[in-house]
Amino acid sequence: MALLITEEQKMLKDAAAEFLAAKAPVSAMRALRDEGYKTFNPNLWEEMIAMGWTALTVPERYGGLDFGFVGLGQILEETGKHLSKSPLLSSVLLGTSALKLSDNDALKAKFFPGVMEGSIQLTLALEEGKHHQINSFETQAVKVGDDYVLNGVKTMVMEGTTASHFVVVSVLASEISLFLVDKKSEGISISESILMDAGTYAEIAFEKVKVSAQNKLNLQQDGKLMLDQLMAIAYSGLASELLGIGQQAFDSTIQYLKERSQFGVVIGSYQALQHRAAILFSELELCKSIVLKALKAIDEKDNNAMRYAHLAKAKLGKTVKQVTNEAIQMHGGIGVTDDANIGFYLKRARVVQQLFGDYHYHLDQLAILKGF
Amino acid sequence: MKELDDFRTATRIWLEANCPKSMCQPVKDPFDVYWGGRNAVFHTEDQKVWFEKMLEKRWVVPYWDKKYGGGGLTPEENNILTQEMTRLGCRKPLYSFGISMLGPALLKFATEEQKLHYLPQIVEGKIWWCQGYSEPNAGSDLASLQTKAIDKGDHFEITGSKVWTSYADKADWIFCLVRTDFEASKHTGISFVLINMATEGVSTRPIKLISGKSPFCETFFDGVKVPKENLIGTLNEGWNIAKFLLTHERQMIGGIGETDVRKEVHQVALENLPINAQGSIADGVLRGQISDFEMDEEIFDLTIQRITDEAKTGNNSGALSSFFKFYGTELNIARQELLMALSGTEALIWEKNNKSDGDLARKFCRSKGNSIEGGTSEIQLNIISKLILGLPNK
Repeated sequence: MALLITEEQKMLKDAAAEFLAAKAPVSAMRALRDEGYKTFNPNLWEEMIAMGWTALTVPERYGGLDFGFVGLGQILEETGKHLSKSPLLSSVLLGTSALKLSDNDALKAKFFPGVMEGSIQLTLALEEGKHHQINSFETQAVKVGDDYVLNGVKTMVMEGTTASHFVVVSVLASEISLFLVDKKSEGISISESILMDAGTYAEIAFEKVKVSAQNKLNLQQDGKLMLDQLMAIAYSGLASELLGIGQQAFDSTIQYLKERSQFGVVIGSYQALQHRAAILFSELELCKSIVLKALKAIDEKDNNAMRYAHLAKAKLGKTVKQVTNEAIQMHGGIGVTDDANIGFYLKRARVVQQLFGDYHYHLDQLAILKGF
Repeated sequence: MKELDDFRTATRIWLEANCPKSMCQPVKDPFDVYWGGRNAVFHTEDQKVWFEKMLEKRWVVPYWDKKYGGGGLTPEENNILTQEMTRLGCRKPLYSFGISMLGPALLKFATEEQKLHYLPQIVEGKIWWCQGYSEPNAGSDLASLQTKAIDKGDHFEITGSKVWTSYADKADWIFCLVRTDFEASKHTGISFVLINMATEGVSTRPIKLISGKSPFCETFFDGVKVPKENLIGTLNEGWNIAKFLLTHERQMIGGIGETDVRKEVHQVALENLPINAQGSIADGVLRGQISDFEMDEEIFDLTIQRITDEAKTGNNSGALSSFFKFYGTELNIARQELLMALSGTEALIWEKNNKSDGDLARKFCRSKGNSIEGGTSEIQLNIISKLILGLPNK
């Protein structure tokens, strides 16, 4: 199989690029921040829904487009370029994928329509500490009668304040289990934090929250296996956004090097900067390859999908940190002012590279996976 | 698709039946392979068998046109053959700068008569070719080369010297950049000629490298007579051929098209380093560095695949060969550095009883040349920044 995107995927990418440039450029993100850290523009989200983006990865038999994760990755890459804010990551990449991986057909039939039309907005409640890990969780699910009761605290929940439902990762009888929980359930309390990317992230406490047995996402299948598959999707999707962030920060920097004059010449004529730019270009070439490979591996159900996902998140985490750091340095004084947009790329890159495991975490996982 | 699947099956069966076992082992040193030439030497019987079988199958250069001695395979078929050879670990039957470098230049720039004359000889391994590019005073600034070719009517008279000519002391012919116009700007007075090394006035002297061994030589031309029919392409337009050929050389040095199998660094590490109770390499710093290196190595391979696939759809920039050359050689240097660290003091051995002793240290020393030969890493970065990124000259 050629390591290329198809004509259809290219058309989706171009459409997304055009739409986001017009409707959700960096200036829109700046405006949301300046208006008291608004999370996203609901009208923009309505338009994304109308374009079918919430149905993109939903299987056809539930009325979705079943377009695959290479397709979603193209959109996420474009959102990265514009720093466009929306529930695409929280609801489409994470929440919808959890539902898609579920073997609870009744639950899928019940929720997919709302997910696609936008009346339901999902997110994933996974993390409990400062560092990403997926081996053990404090959040407990206990079977009481026919139903379950959840207790625990989840952190860093993307769009936790605007989502209607949470996919909660918990431990049930010492095994990982995932539940779909209505935000209106009794016993849920939410507090929000604003991170450096001006995004809203929630800490959600579950205190004796009752969940119907019908809302258990993993019925027969192993919850740990399901979580692993969900993470391969999460890592690859976040890497796609990082790719967009890195490419745009790089392109803006190259543009700046061609415009800014000092000592009577444009600074891009200095070899000291040219070589650093050429090295960043090379690293970004590698980034493009692994992101596409990781996305394709998911769509093709490749046995190595998890390894490619780790590779993608590790490489992109490392490179996009480097690219955005260099972007600031090469912009000079203007780069550290709030007036310039380049700082937004540094800040968003920092958040995305840290979420769901940074470069160090994924390198470590790669070593474990290969047995050394 | 069915035809290609059938081709893959047939190829696999044929390779398994015909490639001798020892020809599926990694190459130990440059003389562990067959180079062809007027004084051709097969170092083992298996080398002979393998070369002759592949020649008969027309797979020495499987992707060239049949009229030039190739196998006439489509790019898809050739990919499959390369994949199957890699899978089995098959060596190339013939190591030849004629195949990897001169051939592509002849296909693009030579007359039909020249192609029909030289290409089949390359396939049959009859001529061992070497490359005359760099000069003592023309290294990174290759276009400033000074080897003179003076027009003497029916022939050129060539005087000057070349350096870093690989295997010049063993080669039969040299493809050479010479200056034919002394008034023109430095890029426009260069021509590309083929010279028989047996001609009077040609001499060579080996260069010893820090690795102790070296294929490199200096090559001297003292009033050497070269017939005019040995000119390839247009007079004074040799720089175009030079640039084209450098692209091929860079891809080769960068590792594209290699079928030799690399041992994974973490495997070497597990064999050489203390392991902790969890079965991990106890030295956490080294473990992280290995994981980082293997990340880049695997993704670089994927990048070769992606850009090759893109090139097939017509999206390609020749300047990308500079990226391959830069990144591929830096990776190999990083690999050698890690291998030295993994083997500790044992890696320092230069000579001992076994033939293989000294391999690590010598390969490490040799790898230092990778980011210099074929255009330094700095030259590649210059090319990327100017031709791809469009950054200006001062």
